[in-house]
Amino acid sequence: MAVLNDEQVMLRDMAREWADHESPVAAFRRLRNAATGVGHDPQAWNSVGQMGWAGVVVPEEYGGSAFGYLSLGLVIEQLGRNLSATPLASTGPAATAIAMGEDEGAKAEWLPRIADGSVIATLAIDEGPVHGDQAYSARVEDGRLSGTKAFVAEGDGAALFVVAATDGLYLVADGEGVSRRTRAMADARSHADVVFDGAPAIRLGGPELTAAIVDRATILITAEMLGMAEAAFATTNDYLKTRVQFGQPLSTFQALQHRMAKQFTELELMRSVVEGALEAIDAGRSDIDQTASLAKAVASETLKLVSREMVQLHGGIGMTDEHDAGLYLKRSAVLEAMWGNAAYHRDRFARLNGY
Amino acid sequence: MASVAAIDETETFRAEARDWLAANFPASLKGTDNAMSAIDGPSEETADQRAWREAIGEKGWGVPIWPRQYGGGGLSRAEARVLQEEMARIGAYNPIGGMGVMMFGPTLLEYGTEAQKQEHIPAIAKGEVRWCQGYSEPGAGSDLAALQTFAEDKGDHYLVNGQKTWTSGGQWADKCFALVRTDKSKKHEGISFLLIDMDAPGVEVKPIRLISGSSPFCETFFTNVKVPKENLVGREGEGWTIGKRLLQHERSSLSGGGGSAGRLLAGKPVSELAKEYRGTDGEGRLADTDLRSRIVRHEMDQRAFMMTLRRAALEAKTNQGPSAATSIMKNVGARITQDKAELGIEIMGMNGLGWEGEGFSEAELNQTRTWLWGKAVSIYGGSSEIQNNVIAKRILGMLDHQ
Repeated sequence: MAVLNDEQVMLRDMAREWADHESPVAAFRRLRNAATGVGHDPQAWNSVGQMGWAGVVVPEEYGGSAFGYLSLGLVIEQLGRNLSATPLASTGPAATAIAMGEDEGAKAEWLPRIADGSVIATLAIDEGPVHGDQAYSARVEDGRLSGTKAFVAEGDGAALFVVAATDGLYLVADGEGVSRRTRAMADARSHADVVFDGAPAIRLGGPELTAAIVDRATILITAEMLGMAEAAFATTNDYLKTRVQFGQPLSTFQALQHRMAKQFTELELMRSVVEGALEAIDAGRSDIDQTASLAKAVASETLKLVSREMVQLHGGIGMTDEHDAGLYLKRSAVLEAMWGNAAYHRDRFARLNGY
Repeated sequence: MASVAAIDETETFRAEARDWLAANFPASLKGTDNAMSAIDGPSEETADQRAWREAIGEKGWGVPIWPRQYGGGGLSRAEARVLQEEMARIGAYNPIGGMGVMMFGPTLLEYGTEAQKQEHIPAIAKGEVRWCQGYSEPGAGSDLAALQTFAEDKGDHYLVNGQKTWTSGGQWADKCFALVRTDKSKKHEGISFLLIDMDAPGVEVKPIRLISGSSPFCETFFTNVKVPKENLVGREGEGWTIGKRLLQHERSSLSGGGGSAGRLLAGKPVSELAKEYRGTDGEGRLADTDLRSRIVRHEMDQRAFMMTLRRAALEAKTNQGPSAATSIMKNVGARITQDKAELGIEIMGMNGLGWEGEGFSEAELNQTRTWLWGKAVSIYGGSSEIQNNVIAKRILGMLDHQ
């Protein structure tokens, strides 16, 4: 755990307590079974707004608390432990895009409503199934944006889109020229293809801003991945201590102990790179891009290891829908691919380091 | 968050350290290091090296946080960090090191009698006495508590018989801190912590030649060696507790706390070496894509490790206790050290496997030896498998498999 100030400790503890009491994995399971088509939990999101967590990276003059990314990451990590279905990891970087952007009117109009949770904003960046360095084909002419964005997280419930176009980043509100199609995915969360057809767009900034916002979004989901990995690992560890075979708990078998020790080791490294990347944003460091790639590559590999081991070490029960292992497994795989998989980020890290 | 007053104090100390180093560190030694002397053995000291060792030894700054009354520097951890920064800034090394500093000293400060501290600590602080570790035996490796070297009670002294192995630097050591058996009826509770003079009659040392060609370890034989009773540290039967505490100091220094993290970063990054030996494509990327991918994994691993060391240090400082992250350091440090060396020999091809003589650069010959020596890292100080046992049992609360 990073060294936290008093506000951060309080925020983390509150988020942990709220997630355990109000948003356990069972709540996500109910949401999935209800198949509402929204892909997030409106009641949970309402609470998140009331507690001010949607405004953690929103500047104070626009109704936020401006605690920063480490603080937001702590909340997302706690919610990630229980697979809480809130759009927090999407609204955060979207708010930062507006706050860092060049349109003062947009800040006044949207940031207070993002901060209080009344508006869900999200990023619409990728145009295909694999995140990479391709140029964007979405275009803006005479203030109107046209193009199709693929697998937009929280695309079903979002009222506001931060959209990457050829020449930079734009803000588009739901309404004229915006249509969407749900993509039902294994993780049972919200993903949608969004078609913009001459939608009114406000310019926020150039391609550098797009890159900066994608890095922040990437780093934030590693916080969710960290929470998931910790919880998945703890669940497996508890199971090994209770499941008895050959007359003894599975946790007494050295072959399994060493596999758990290996996962624990990787988890500690994962925590360092995730927290380090969040801190890099708050410190305004010049190598946020590198820390993002380091965090995402390590987080993807580690969560992959832990979520697959969760299924394997639970044996048959882990294969059943009734058990939570499958929920972690499916969300893991989606997050591994989101904002670039480990291979993409290794390649990018190497390029950023001159090889 | 450190207070403003505390920051001012350390900055005042920075000026003091800077002045003292300017007056005492010989310019001729700038950028040199004697870190490898623990492996290669002591070489003849030059006049400047001797002067530097004596100066820093007198000041106590070779062991900056040890108490001043026993010849230490008496500095706070913050001041010690400043001192380290200032030494790094001017390319000065710390000539006071070895097992006395890393392991035995801190343990004796905790468990020794006043007389024992007065006798041994100042000599370590001045770099005058070399210590070696008598722990492992031919039949007691990972299962260290199976050790058989016996110290028989003869009234005013013990009579020690047995054999130790993997005695690091045994052929150059003046004294040995050893785990010996004083009671054959109990396994752990029958072990005691004893200090033995290496020049006492009946002590015989034979260096062991390793795959790297060097002989940093020895077999040590004790035949009817008389050891005075006042050389017992702690009580009879308390040796296992004291010995384990000492291993904690060993693990933290082996994993990076004691400067080996710096050694991991020392030298050229593997990616630079690869560009030099293997070349790049039109876009400046390493041409061998498979190698490139493995190098990135390694360099990311190294970066993550460094961030974990920093995190653990910060946590230890603010939480006043060791961080859970420290338990992974030995294994991760070992894997990074070994990966780096394996990548190094692969990058250099046949030139990375030279043994000696003409046709190879100094760096290439070093690469071979570093690679081979590095195989020890996952074995000594508790093998990687033992470390995993410790994580499983102590941290994860998994039950004993025995």
